[in-house]
Amino acid sequence: MSGRVRLLQGNEACVEGALRAGLKFYAGYPITPSTEIAELLAERLPKAGGVFIQMEDEIGSIAAVIGASLAGLKSMTATSGPGFSLMQENIGYAAMAEVPCVIVNVQRMGPSTGLPTSPAQGDVMQARWGCHGDHPVVVLCPSSVEETFHLTISAFDISEALRIPVILLSDEVIAHMRERVVLPEGDIPVRSRPRPTVPPEEYLPYDSSFGDVPPMASFGDGYRFHVTGLSHDESGFPVGPGKTTGCLMKRLLGKVESRRKDLVNLSEEYTDDAEILVFSYGSPARSALRAVRLAREEGIKAGFLKTSTLWPFPSEELAERARKARFIIVPEMNSGQIRGEVERSLRWDIPVIPVGRLDGELMTPSEVLSAIREAAGRV
Amino acid sequence: MKIGVRLAGEGGQGLILAGMILAEAAAVEEGKNTVMTQSYGPESRGGASKAEVIISDSDIDYPKVQNPDVLLVMSQEAYDKYSPDLREGGILLYDSSSVKALNPKPSVKCVGVPLTELAKKEVGRALVANIVALGSLNELSSLVSHEALTKAVLGRVPRGTEEMNLKALEVGRRAVGHCGK
Amino acid sequence: MSKFLSYFRVKHLPHIWCPGCGHGTVVGALVRAIDKVGLKKEKTVIVSGIGCSSRAPGYLDFDTLHTTHGRALAFATGVKLSRPELNVIVITGDGDLAAIGGNHLIHAARRNIDITTVCFNNSIYGMTSGQYSPLTPLGSYATTSPYGSLDRPFDLSALVAAAGAPYVGRATTYHVTLLIDLIAEALTIKGFSFVEAITQCPTYFGRKNKMGDAVRMLDYFKENSVNVKALDRLPPEERENKIVIGRLMKKEAPEYAESYLDLVDRLRSQGGDGR
Repeated sequence: MSGRVRLLQGNEACVEGALRAGLKFYAGYPITPSTEIAELLAERLPKAGGVFIQMEDEIGSIAAVIGASLAGLKSMTATSGPGFSLMQENIGYAAMAEVPCVIVNVQRMGPSTGLPTSPAQGDVMQARWGCHGDHPVVVLCPSSVEETFHLTISAFDISEALRIPVILLSDEVIAHMRERVVLPEGDIPVRSRPRPTVPPEEYLPYDSSFGDVPPMASFGDGYRFHVTGLSHDESGFPVGPGKTTGCLMKRLLGKVESRRKDLVNLSEEYTDDAEILVFSYGSPARSALRAVRLAREEGIKAGFLKTSTLWPFPSEELAERARKARFIIVPEMNSGQIRGEVERSLRWDIPVIPVGRLDGELMTPSEVLSAIREAAGRV
Repeated sequence: MKIGVRLAGEGGQGLILAGMILAEAAAVEEGKNTVMTQSYGPESRGGASKAEVIISDSDIDYPKVQNPDVLLVMSQEAYDKYSPDLREGGILLYDSSSVKALNPKPSVKCVGVPLTELAKKEVGRALVANIVALGSLNELSSLVSHEALTKAVLGRVPRGTEEMNLKALEVGRRAVGHCGK
Repeated sequence: MSKFLSYFRVKHLPHIWCPGCGHGTVVGALVRAIDKVGLKKEKTVIVSGIGCSSRAPGYLDFDTLHTTHGRALAFATGVKLSRPELNVIVITGDGDLAAIGGNHLIHAARRNIDITTVCFNNSIYGMTSGQYSPLTPLGSYATTSPYGSLDRPFDLSALVAAAGAPYVGRATTYHVTLLIDLIAEALTIKGFSFVEAITQCPTYFGRKNKMGDAVRMLDYFKENSVNVKALDRLPPEERENKIVIGRLMKKEAPEYAESYLDLVDRLRSQGGDGR
């Protein structure tokens, strides 16, 4: 691929991707290990005519991001565990009011203050279910610096096209490591939110007759519409329990569910004849790939699967690839949050072997390799 | 070809910057697959500091260096902690101004250079010991071409310090010869 | 009235407020002030949080944003910085603004962003049916202060002025003309402007504190208020427990959105387009 070769940190690649996707508004609050994103955007955004603001906390940051998006700008914030916890209520607001925005969570070890400079993957369930109430959300999970660049662009693309919050779930290893990256030249297509085609007096902000993603006007463009986190009808005004609320929830959740196949992003290596599959995501995917390669050198039929879209979870795709497998190994730097999803996807037909790590260190290839060898002994 | 390099010492010695320069020389100037990781304590000065660089012709999976081919240590603590990790037949460069290399592995090529002293005396600033170290390290292990390393140094050091840093690089390079390459 | 009715989304009336509630009076004052200074409906965004007063934007025919509890100012900050040419007004209550949203309030004032905030201060959480707020007077009764409140209240206007707001005013629902004038002046201020509108909640605050009906509560406002200009003439012992109304602060200060735009212009004129 032709392009500009750079040595970039994951957080830098995130900034490059966001700017290429058309980011025009960033609000954030300093927190390790995401801070480089704010620092770089503080320098870059004003030069690009965009807005950078350091808010008084993470709640204010996500609130300002939603306000900016309603005023028409592609908007984003970045944070880590403690800040991500604080943002949950307003992420739900963005889902309910259908306001596109991108939230970057660079995972660090928790709970609580935990290990601020150490990696973990303890937020994968929070990213899906962190805010109260059922809600649509897409969560993307990079395992390299270059992928951070591309997934950040995808996050804006999906967020805008579906009018939903999209979470880029990075981790401290990916965020801070530097890798050779080829930044592609030229335009990268990014979809924008659908815009109204009717005159202001006919505009309904949640009009589903245009499809499940209603056209979105911006504040100040003369449409004079109402936005609320309350359950609402097509006009945007509050309604009570019953059919209208039921339809709203069905449409909101359907936006992601009906596009599941387009959103899923599963890659594989050495899977053709694999009896033992390693299913991974984020930085442990790097350790998993090494382990699979080492296992192959030992003559073990191991295969590597990696998902870049964590939510919606690639259940069907995983089940399809696992048909011939005897064991699935799931390495993750938590106590098994995705393991349950894997088991559910495979309907408990194939034994799932978790490999967890909770001490703030990146999982090593030998940990995964031991699990592969053990499974091979049972094949 | 795949080489793992570890640069270790104390915070404030500029090891992260040295790692970045080496990685940039390999990635940008020579177009090789390169990964650099780093670790340090919460303090900006003092405390332990470590940078790791992997340079490879093929893609790099696991990004950390477990058994380095090349190890630079600039503190006694780093020597004691990391020298056992060195791969058989690997290269160890230590700052003989502050480190005693006791009982190195017999298969290891162990070279002491008074990096900090040279930086002070020959270049005039202890601060550039990291660049002196890069010069010595690359001369010993030929990680990247001298041209690539020079370009990467110029690309990363603060404006106005180019000459001093190039001198540091050269001092490091020549020192290896004197110390019995 | 018809002239002012055009500022309302009439089909969404009647409102949710109780009989005797002062919130309608404050909203009436707001639209009169908007009319007086001639803000365009298309170029004005009204943002609120959660609570009784925060329902007001739904009745007003502008771009309106009903946000989460306490966060109206943070949402409004995003709107204003994205479209600095828009007039941004925040409608909020004493619980929304002074408790859960207190941090956003002092920082919006400190930053001096061009937003006009009208706080409907009825000294009580009405929507959740009568708990004490950070503006409930000491010793007052509420469902969560059955023995009288031990919590010392803020002087919210003084707090906002101390936090750096260049314009602060206070009036009550009895002093409607003053309220209109203060909001109108606030709307013309380039910077963070704040009007505290003391309003009656006969349903919860009035009933719990045996203050009588709405009219009796308005009488209380009338009898216990003193204009800041006349404050000096009162003997010190009579100043205590008075509601000090009028313009409490007016000064010049650099506005945030304008400063930011200046920065963008400066950087762009230096030829920087982001590296």
